[in-house]
Amino acid sequence: MNLLAIENLKVHFPVRQPFIGRAKEFVHAVDDVNFTIAAGETVGLVGESGCGKTTLGRAAIKLIEPTSGRIVFDGEEIGALSGAELRARRRRFQMVFQDPYGSLDPRLTVADIIGEALEIHGLASGATERRRRVEVLLKQVGLDSSHASRLPHQFSGGQRQRIGIARALAVEPRLIVCDEPVSALDVSVQAQIINLLQDLQREHGIAYLFVAHDLAVVKHISRRILVMYLGRIVESGEAKSLCRSPKHPYTQALLSAVPVVDPDSKRQRILLAGDVPSPIHPPGGCPFHPRCPIAEARCKTEVPALRELEPGHLAACHLATAETGGQ
Amino acid sequence: MPLLEIKNLQIEFGAGVRAVRAVDGVSLSLEAGKTLCLVGESGSGKSITALSIAKLVPSPPARYVGGEILLEGLDVLKMSSSELRDVRGGLVSYVFQEPGASLNPVFRVGAQIKESLQYHRPEAANDTEVIRLLKLVGISAPESRMRNYPHEMSGGMQQRVMIAMALASQPKLLVADEPTTALDVTIQAQIIELLSDLRLKLGMAVLFITHNLGILGDLADNVAVMYAGQIVERGTMREVLQRPIHPYTRSLIQSVPALDIEVERLTAIPGTVPLSGAFPSGCRFHPRCPIAQPACSSRMPDLADVPNGRAVRCPFWDSSGNARTTSRKA
Repeated sequence: MNLLAIENLKVHFPVRQPFIGRAKEFVHAVDDVNFTIAAGETVGLVGESGCGKTTLGRAAIKLIEPTSGRIVFDGEEIGALSGAELRARRRRFQMVFQDPYGSLDPRLTVADIIGEALEIHGLASGATERRRRVEVLLKQVGLDSSHASRLPHQFSGGQRQRIGIARALAVEPRLIVCDEPVSALDVSVQAQIINLLQDLQREHGIAYLFVAHDLAVVKHISRRILVMYLGRIVESGEAKSLCRSPKHPYTQALLSAVPVVDPDSKRQRILLAGDVPSPIHPPGGCPFHPRCPIAEARCKTEVPALRELEPGHLAACHLATAETGGQ
Repeated sequence: MPLLEIKNLQIEFGAGVRAVRAVDGVSLSLEAGKTLCLVGESGSGKSITALSIAKLVPSPPARYVGGEILLEGLDVLKMSSSELRDVRGGLVSYVFQEPGASLNPVFRVGAQIKESLQYHRPEAANDTEVIRLLKLVGISAPESRMRNYPHEMSGGMQQRVMIAMALASQPKLLVADEPTTALDVTIQAQIIELLSDLRLKLGMAVLFITHNLGILGDLADNVAVMYAGQIVERGTMREVLQRPIHPYTRSLIQSVPALDIEVERLTAIPGTVPLSGAFPSGCRFHPRCPIAQPACSSRMPDLADVPNGRAVRCPFWDSSGNARTTSRKA
């Protein structure tokens, strides 16, 4: 059964709020998104900055109130919950943030940062029990129990990210939304954190929604990948087949932009012209058509629907067929 | 004579017993029109080295304790402040990591480019030249774009403006310090393409600084890898990427996931990058090194020349083939 099912999720932010009356324009940050995550599974979410991937990740666990749509977690609709009811469910879904420098309170010790989560959910009775659990958690994420009394500034970026992971783990969640957890880290430390996340998944059966802009990292860690563009999912499928034969021209361009170490690898580079358009006035028709190398006349008028081109492999492109793709 | 020659550069911060040597005996040389890439993680001293070329590391707090930086044969470290002014943004131009933070938010981008022209080529400080520069860096509709404020542009566009500003003085050396790190992969590819295009078109030398070995593509002629204030490996780009011989370079390449290679588990480098001032004794990489020997902790290896015009700071360097295929299978 699905651990998390997102149905027709929309998040619209008002812009230029007038003095009186209602906002006239909206940023369509997330527009009609559907996906599921099974227990213990990793789903990757990729896209450029401004495509709405962070908003989607946050809205999926109700850190942002969605405008409409259903969020079903473990068979229960949580979209309408709020207050204490929602707080009680939060134990089951946690988040690891991108910036390990901004997401830890600089004035709390590591023991307090992790212990606070235990306290809120009433998971540790008494100081001794709390200290013992913090030590166990620190060990799980590869830190030393002596680190418990230190402050965040005494740690490196990678170590801070470990603390952030320990804090998420403290409440024994079944799903962790990882929002660009390795983007701010040095490459040598990135691999450590990715390995740690995979180890924790094997031991505890945690599911991840892994948000990132680097397709190579996402492919490595995910079983399935969602590609997002201007608030919509434009392609989704099993990680290996999506990277081997991408159907959507946007995915093809993203893949071709991934850096390759070997200077002799003669890969065709598809350079995307321009930037992601404004999500306030998204282009008509297919939102990707102004940057698309193969756009046709109908792409400017008809919005392509997500179609299943191969079993489990969907793409929202008029021109994509089962044969297209490949590099 | 090379355009740039750094000889045994040593830069320290702090004084007395607490002095921290952030750059320790770095030697580099760059011919006119060529590209050198300086690779290293945060804290390796690569940015300090790059900034010191125009003596941009303020002293104090920094102290240039030794070495020479020769630009067209003249030592930058011995220049007067008026000579330095001509070098900065003139002979040598910089492009930095965060374009949003480098541009002045209250002036239109055209005016900022014109300011750079006024310093270095006052005869060309006009709209026509600004438009030509914006066109050169691939900005469409430059006539209207030059009237934009930085916040009206995307990150990639801002970085193009920064490059236009750096080109205003017709520099012989462009130092690009992590110019794509803050950008998306798609925009990163655009900027790298632009830089490699410009270098051919304008015949300028480029010193490219990055922590990601993968983005070099065919941009770089030569690569120098830095770790903890020292150069640990040096060679042509092709040689270093295809046959890295220092254990740090090898680990660095292996720790990056690749699209075309399936691995169960990434090869991470254990531990963290040491902070300057807390460098380990002996070889500075030995606590994290997969092939460290007992001797590595006591004696600092020299940067020794090896065949094919390369140099490596490791007596146990391994000459066997491709980093990925050989050690990943093991």
